Amino acid sequence: MKKVFGRTKGLTERAFHYCPGCTHGIIHRILAEALEELDLIENAIGVAPVGCAGFCEVYFSCDMIGAAHGRAIAVGTGAKRARPENTVFTYQGDGDAGAIGLAETISAAARGENITSIFVNNSIYGMTGGQMAPTTLPGQKTSTSPFGRDPEVAGHPIDLPLLLSHVEGSAYIASVSVDTPKNVLAAKKALKKGFQTQMEGKGFSFISILSTCPTNWGMSPAKAIKWLQDNMQTHFTMGELKVKE
Amino acid sequence: MTKMLMKGNEAIAEAAIRSGCKLFFGYPITPSTEIPEYMSKKLKEVGGTFLQAESEVAAINMVYGASATGVRVMTASSSPGYSLKQEGLSYLAAVELPAVIVDIMRAGPGLGGLGPTQADYFQITKGGGHGDYHPIVLAPATVQEMVDLTMEAFDLADEYRTPVVIAADGILGQMMEPVEFPKGSSKDLPHKDWAATGAKGREKVNVSNYCLTNEIGERNCLHLQKKHEYIKPRVQRWKSYKTEDAEFIIVAFGTSGRISETAVDLARKEGIKLGLIRPITLWPFPEKAFEGILDQVKGFMSVELSTGQMIEDVRLVVNGKVPVKFFGKQGGMTPAPEEIVTSFKAQFGLE
Ligand SMILES: Cc1ncc(C[n+]2csc(CCOP(=O)(O)OP(=O)(O)O)c2C)c(N)n1
Ligand code: SF4
Repeated sequence: MKKVFGRTKGLTERAFHYCPGCTHGIIHRILAEALEELDLIENAIGVAPVGCAGFCEVYFSCDMIGAAHGRAIAVGTGAKRARPENTVFTYQGDGDAGAIGLAETISAAARGENITSIFVNNSIYGMTGGQMAPTTLPGQKTSTSPFGRDPEVAGHPIDLPLLLSHVEGSAYIASVSVDTPKNVLAAKKALKKGFQTQMEGKGFSFISILSTCPTNWGMSPAKAIKWLQDNMQTHFTMGELKVKE
Repeated sequence: MTKMLMKGNEAIAEAAIRSGCKLFFGYPITPSTEIPEYMSKKLKEVGGTFLQAESEVAAINMVYGASATGVRVMTASSSPGYSLKQEGLSYLAAVELPAVIVDIMRAGPGLGGLGPTQADYFQITKGGGHGDYHPIVLAPATVQEMVDLTMEAFDLADEYRTPVVIAADGILGQMMEPVEFPKGSSKDLPHKDWAATGAKGREKVNVSNYCLTNEIGERNCLHLQKKHEYIKPRVQRWKSYKTEDAEFIIVAFGTSGRISETAVDLARKEGIKLGLIRPITLWPFPEKAFEGILDQVKGFMSVELSTGQMIEDVRLVVNGKVPVKFFGKQGGMTPAPEEIVTSFKAQFGLE
């Protein structure tokens, strides 16, 4: 029989610790497939964040470095400057790259730092149990915005890929989602484009991926996907926002 | 070897390059700015990379990333910037990454002033960041020592897989003295097989220390503790000055150590048998310098540019056997040798 689907070599044998229905798992798979298909498993150096994906270093088959919360892009910068011949990526949550590490993210984009940053936007702090994130939507309830995020008090969500697309030095900026098979394929394509941008030495690539957090949103996995489609996809700018030729 | 006249900060930078330092990440701050400036000019010539980071927080994490790939790397700052690097230092120590961090101390707390101080002693030697760790801390007192200790720092960092801090102050950083550069060491250092370089032809590596169970956490901490105990007896450095027949001893490092040497000479002219122990490693604290001396000495005085921080380590070694007094200057002020002698005589009733 012809084998039509198998586990990618980009992932180790370790079983994910993610909650059922959490799309971190899908993102891991397509990222790992992208590494494999671009023949990067033996070349890439990945940087793990602090967040739900803080343990991703044991899942990817490439060399990995664990960073402090928010510092993955600075760590990736150090690694890339030390070893330009390696492909360097970071995997970060919205809190990691969009709040505590925002200065590092914008500065790396402005420098045209030749690394690829994967930004998993689930509009919440998953790891710490569902607090407000820089991407939490107006009115969205979290454990630190129990009455719904009030922009008057708690400010507005940040559209990070849109912002970065305006920064001189960023080379490839995409905002994608993994809610449908079609979108999963498109997200994987964006990841590959991000890596290719780096391999061609064009500068900073950033792929924002909308993701669910059924646990802290208090929804079933199916409901969570629907909520993402109805609320996040309509709020955040989607698509390829910058493609440097 | 020819001698060159160099500023302390530039001497540190040049010594780093000659030690094979290939990357420098930093953020400007007085009085250490000549270090990034020098690196931005000279690292290129040796195929290295200088990058001005957006903050000290970013800089130390870039150091972390570069070190994780097995390359020699350095950053430098002054007290407020050093404070910002503390989280990164804790992470470097946790995953045992070699790196050299320079603190050209200036007066605090807060923004403080630009004058020299030694008031970062606690935050440098006692960890400073979270968790149980100690970087090796080297305290030069001359520009030549800034050269020698910087070169040694890179070897110590690689040998023990640990961050090493050069703790100096604004006076040393800005002062010009003749220096010579010894040949880089040819020490046999361990191969960095733990580094993230791309998993070609080998198992992948993880440079991290995330502990999902307390049992693993305990194991990691015990490992670090064992390493500290291993380092302690092996890397203690100090200079003793006129301690053989001393009845009293000043303990002082760096700039205050230098001034205290003159104070010792002044006191000796008055017939007082005063000596000096100048710690060069602040961690590990040079306990060995006190061996065999405790029985002959009637008292110690710690002289520091702070309200008294190292004195706590002096007291631990002296262990109550004789009095330990203190004389200090703060806020960027430095003592004249005469002031030290006057205070010493008053505190020990030798008037
Ligand atoms: C300096 C520091 N501050 C706070 C934390 C606690 N913390 C861990 S993860 C996290 C936020 C995680 O959210 P996000 O980055 O969006 O990732 P997610 O878990 O949602 O995937 C926080 C606040 C920490 N580990 N370190
Ligand atoms: S807490 Fe949320 S983001 Fe984290 S693993 Fe669970 S579902 Fe995923």
